[in-house]
Amino acid sequence: MTRELMKGNEAVAEAAIRAGVTAYFGYPITPQTELLEYMSRRMPELGRAFVQAESEPAAINMVYGAACTGRRVMTSSSSPGVSLMMEGISYIAGTELPAVIVDVMRGGPGLGNIAPAQGDYNQIVHGGGHGDYHAIVLAPATVQESVDLTVLAFDLAEKYRSVVVVLTDGSIGQMMEPCEMPPYQELKTKFPEWATTGAEGRDRRVLTSINLDPAAQEDTNFRLMYRWQEIEANEIRVKQYYMDDAKIAVVGFGSSGRLALSAVRAARAEGIPVGLIRPITLSPFPRQVIHEAAKKMDSLLVVETNAGQMLEDVMLAGENQCPVEFYGRMGGVVPYPDEVLDEIKRVAKGNLDTQGHPRDRWLKRMQRNK
Amino acid sequence: MTDNMTELETLVYERPDTLTEVNTHYCPGCTHGVAHRLIAEVLEEMGLREKTIGVASVGCSVFAYNYFNTDFVQAPHGRAPAMATGIKRTLPDHTVFTYQGDGDLASIGAAEITHAAARGENITVIFINNTNYGMTGGQMAPTTLPGQKTTTSVNGRDVESQGYPIRVAEFLGNLDGSSYVVRRALHDPKNIRLAKKAIRTAFEVQQRGLGFSMVELLSICPTNWGMKPTEALQWLADKMVTYYPLGDYKVNPAVAEIKL
Repeated sequence: MTRELMKGNEAVAEAAIRAGVTAYFGYPITPQTELLEYMSRRMPELGRAFVQAESEPAAINMVYGAACTGRRVMTSSSSPGVSLMMEGISYIAGTELPAVIVDVMRGGPGLGNIAPAQGDYNQIVHGGGHGDYHAIVLAPATVQESVDLTVLAFDLAEKYRSVVVVLTDGSIGQMMEPCEMPPYQELKTKFPEWATTGAEGRDRRVLTSINLDPAAQEDTNFRLMYRWQEIEANEIRVKQYYMDDAKIAVVGFGSSGRLALSAVRAARAEGIPVGLIRPITLSPFPRQVIHEAAKKMDSLLVVETNAGQMLEDVMLAGENQCPVEFYGRMGGVVPYPDEVLDEIKRVAKGNLDTQGHPRDRWLKRMQRNK
Repeated sequence: MTDNMTELETLVYERPDTLTEVNTHYCPGCTHGVAHRLIAEVLEEMGLREKTIGVASVGCSVFAYNYFNTDFVQAPHGRAPAMATGIKRTLPDHTVFTYQGDGDLASIGAAEITHAAARGENITVIFINNTNYGMTGGQMAPTTLPGQKTTTSVNGRDVESQGYPIRVAEFLGNLDGSSYVVRRALHDPKNIRLAKKAIRTAFEVQQRGLGFSMVELLSICPTNWGMKPTEALQWLADKMVTYYPLGDYKVNPAVAEIKL
């Protein structure tokens, strides 16, 4: 198979098409729009459904409707647009339907800006929508990984009747890199036993997220939670670099993990025994990997382009077995690898002040740097 | 019908197979039951039961899916036209309809219904207008008449501070994308028969791929209006029909050719 130079957003769109997406619904928002534009060309030419919705709530509810038919369906957006989709995401989760959502994150809060950021971690990984549900969250760091994880997203969504979010950002969505496209999958011709496709020759089917009887709602919630345990047992994915002899582990996901890798390599060149743990599934979170690392490392350094959202999960998993430090930039500012390298060097020196929360120590350092 | 009983008795009224055999949860006198039955009869007469996916909304009719013996889904508040769009675009050969109240359709779902109509989405919308939010106990809706008392307009809707009602059929009929948009009422047998004919036409429009169809049905809410059902029917005839004139607000030429 040949590799081609593709923009991240367009590569994700083409990967979804090859994975057999039958219906796509979206709304323009930077830095995601190329995905919508690409779909507007490709889906009709393949005879598949495409609608530019009037809003993100409409787009996610079109996804909700199309998902009810048992087909592969998706939408994409960026941070403020994904906030607007939270209602529909909760309903889709409550109705136990498969759906793929691509979030090309940008700087926030509010309208923020269109530069890359990772401020959606909490709203995507820890809910966002109301009620007890989990979405599977996949975090690519390259265009190739965006492609591969998009294909995986459809498989996982169907396997677990779950919402799957491909959580990328403006840098990965906008960059061009060589990548290899997956083979074309045939569109499905068999549909699940729950799909509402017309009650022809069978009993009628109803798909709803309402359970006025609290006991029945609790049954649904338990079912969702047991299924989530199954997902946690089987679907955790993580990449580790230079960890065999590492004394310090940097933890970063997506583009932050990628730029941290440059810093880790530079530090290695200077003889610092540092490695990188890059969670691919942010949800389920690789708790055990972090826990084991915390047992062996002198310290962990979490790097994100937010104010330390994954940091909390790392601390929880690390269980105070070693000091945890944090370095982040926010609002669409992407750190240079040198900034992360300086942090690695600082941590490698030891004698860390571990009083208080790592975020507070980081904020104090950042003020001092002003 | 060859047994001897039928010589003595002629069955003139029975439950269509498209309705399930369950007791109603709607209040005594409520016209949701009439509207449900008309839709069920039409789907049955057109042979569409096994091809239909209904979309319930939020409000008293959130449980519409309990009554129709068809596949059904249930949308978030106001989003039924978006869900219906997703279903119809994925299953274009199926019949897709939404069943929405006035709070759902004209307030929180104003954008979704407007754009479904503007796109000429080939779906059928049954719009129940009873001038209030029924399920939450009778609050003011976009359709509440000026001066009408509700639990959030206790002295009567004051248009100076609470604005004016929205005439949905007139509004959607004005959009180029809509094909068949009419208003009917459910307050007496004659109007109920006309309502059924309109519902039949609306589904015929969808069957023929002619685009967006909506039937607005003026309905009563005796419980929240604080009236006996008969008083409520009279109030509909006296007050609602005055503000919301019955009629055809959009009949595309292709639709006009449909003869029933």
